[in-house]
Amino acid sequence: MATTPREEHTNRPMRVLGTRPVRHDGADKVTGRAIYGKDVQMANLAHGKILRSPHAHARIRSIDTSAAAKLPGVYACVTSADMPNLVDKMTELGEGTVNLAHLGANVLARGKVLYHGQAVAAVAAANADLAEEALELIKVDYEPLPPVTGVLDAMKDDAPLLHDDVFTNEMGKRANKPSNVARHIVFEQGNIERGLREAEVVIEREFRTATVHQGYIEPHVSTALWNADGHVTIWTATQGAFTARQQTAELLQIPISRVTVVPCEIGGGFGGKISVYLEPVAALLSRKCGRPIKMSMTRAEVFEGTGPTPGSFMRVKLGAAKDGKLTAAQAWLAYDAGAFPGGVIGPGCMCVFSCYDIPNARVDGFDVVLNKPKTAAYRAPGATHAAFACETVVDELAERLGIDPIELRLRNAAKEGTRRVDGEKYPRIGFVETLEAAKASEHYQSPLSGANRGRGVASGFWFNIGLKSSAAANVNPDGSVTLVEGSTDIGGTRTSVAMQLAETLGIAAEDVLPQVGDTDSVGYTDVTGGSRVTFATGLAAYQVGLDILAQLRERAASIWSCDPEKVTSESGVFRANGKSMTFKELAAKLHHTGGAVVGRATVDPQGATNGFGTHIVDVEVDRETGKVTILRYTAVQDTGKAVHPSYVEGQMQGGAVQGIGWALNEEYVFDAQGRMLNPTFLDYRMPTALDVPMIDTIIVEVPNPGHPYGVRGVGETPIVAPPAAIANAIYRAVGVRMRELPMSPPRVCAAILAK
Amino acid sequence: MATVFVPPQLRDVTGGADRIEASGATVREVIDEFEARFPGIAARLLDGEHLAAGLAVSIDGTLSNRGLQAAIGKDSELHFLPALGGG
Repeated sequence: MATTPREEHTNRPMRVLGTRPVRHDGADKVTGRAIYGKDVQMANLAHGKILRSPHAHARIRSIDTSAAAKLPGVYACVTSADMPNLVDKMTELGEGTVNLAHLGANVLARGKVLYHGQAVAAVAAANADLAEEALELIKVDYEPLPPVTGVLDAMKDDAPLLHDDVFTNEMGKRANKPSNVARHIVFEQGNIERGLREAEVVIEREFRTATVHQGYIEPHVSTALWNADGHVTIWTATQGAFTARQQTAELLQIPISRVTVVPCEIGGGFGGKISVYLEPVAALLSRKCGRPIKMSMTRAEVFEGTGPTPGSFMRVKLGAAKDGKLTAAQAWLAYDAGAFPGGVIGPGCMCVFSCYDIPNARVDGFDVVLNKPKTAAYRAPGATHAAFACETVVDELAERLGIDPIELRLRNAAKEGTRRVDGEKYPRIGFVETLEAAKASEHYQSPLSGANRGRGVASGFWFNIGLKSSAAANVNPDGSVTLVEGSTDIGGTRTSVAMQLAETLGIAAEDVLPQVGDTDSVGYTDVTGGSRVTFATGLAAYQVGLDILAQLRERAASIWSCDPEKVTSESGVFRANGKSMTFKELAAKLHHTGGAVVGRATVDPQGATNGFGTHIVDVEVDRETGKVTILRYTAVQDTGKAVHPSYVEGQMQGGAVQGIGWALNEEYVFDAQGRMLNPTFLDYRMPTALDVPMIDTIIVEVPNPGHPYGVRGVGETPIVAPPAAIANAIYRAVGVRMRELPMSPPRVCAAILAK
Repeated sequence: MATVFVPPQLRDVTGGADRIEASGATVREVIDEFEARFPGIAARLLDGEHLAAGLAVSIDGTLSNRGLQAAIGKDSELHFLPALGGG
């Protein structure tokens, strides 16, 4: 890792932030003692399995579970008839509003099935094998309907219609007939025609991306116990215990106080473990039979029955003057939402030109339903698609104008005060700094030689979000502090949050003992997503620290018989009137000065600010097979204050590798009937350690003025740039412009042969 | 006065105006004020007592988590944008 000089946001040097302590949960995880969802065991546990649709589109005439229910060892069967029928009921889930009728139908189909693999019914039995045997006895009478799985096909007037009650929404204006186009978004600034007239060069290209999955290593798993007193407890792998609680309570129409969600350790999520799938079904089965019910998905169920990211079609046009200044930009983006409306077209439209200061621009975006699994968030949702299109055209512009691609980006880079096409004005951001660091990097400055080799660059943007977080901490007599917070720890956030509390208190990171609480043990906390936890839950921890310090100053004042206002605290030492005590010494006296000191905070911060990154990649292309080998890769990112640089590097590396997967291999392959043909990790090819070199990182620290330690979100931005960077590198290696993801060997080979 | 940026698809209600000044102290007050001047605009922005599904409000460059209750400063900029999630 290299770091650039940074501005200090606070006036004092930091003692904990910026160091690399051992993660608090490390021992449990490397010894296999951490409790994941699959590890949950209890007396009388029964096992649930889901019957899934064999059709991508069909009407359900009837479901008969009577034969399954009679099988010895079967305890309960459920269908959507066991769930409340929630017609057009909306609920706010922190990250956005959800239509409960659609969410419910995605959990257990009602009336129609809209994708192959959609859940139709469920069984609980003494063991999983018996439950699967019982599924075969469920009789479902389907009326098959023609499916549609291509986003442009689904937009045609004569396309099979998925929903009778979905009408194109244009900023609150509803079309007068049902459509697969659920929403049309328009952003506009300046005068696009004038901008195009002012351009020396105009380039317009079309792009396609495949449906890809988050590929988290842990399949979905949930255990539910509906107690005799009507209280439901759910142990689950979720990115948001409170969101899972609310979704379950809303879908089952029970008071939220009757549901406790215990978040287990999680084996990845990347946005895919926010929506509920198994939780309400396990609860219903438990209510029917009185036993705890455990349900887990196979990998095929994860691929076919949970939410991947959309496939897309995009058209991007850019105009630039001779000096490289962008004069106009236009985009037409169609993202599939899967079977139900509400995909990620909104952020896609806001991201497509977000790296640049463009006076004249227009974006049209379409949210399109089709017969594929309902899409879900996936790391910077919507941004990677858009960047693939925009950054490839930017590269082509640079080539046409004879300008270095990083220099062209610098001439147009968004900075503080730049207005995005959606109208928002940027606060202090660090895009220019990432470009300068990339340009000055040893990687970019070193020559690349050899046949069929090329170097590409691309940039990426993600918003980062704030949302609500809570935390509480208890000072122990030995000077340690027990911290309870509500954010599922996916990327090492126990430690990054604990470090902010330690920094505030002036104690060592190891002296803070963090835990993730369940929904009865900590205040409301939104999902782990949007690159928000180190920013927002970290801010809660900072405020917990201030609360504790205020209380400790009072205790010290009582010991020294002075005014609390006279007591200072700095770097873990309390002082007044020439006397001093360390944090540890004061903690040992708490029982004799009034009892425990408990700090607490709940935050709903604004000011998460944005993340920008620039990636450099060297590739070699095998002209005979089309295989692309990554030779060298460097990710540069403005991360704000890097709280734990090892975790920041890990996020940048992980995001880059996932982006490489999008770029080179990953895609859902469907047959004409809408059945996914490759729902295993053998056939759905994700990168392994053997496929990528060490990903070098350059951390740029432009402090976020909206956080006391300058923290910005980190996790999502690094997935955005890789596909475009690799496409640009392939062009320089073999002279073909790739405009469809993945750039798999057959596609690259075909492009070379067609040249 | 705060400045409200009118999205292109709402300009049919505002007579083509792309920016409108408003004196309301909250998003709710601004929408009420607009409804008096541009009848029908509230129905485009609201679902009952909430912002319409999929819609968010941004004030001075920051997406607000507080919906219609969000406070607006005298010189604020206000945008109606798609709601954002994250992965």
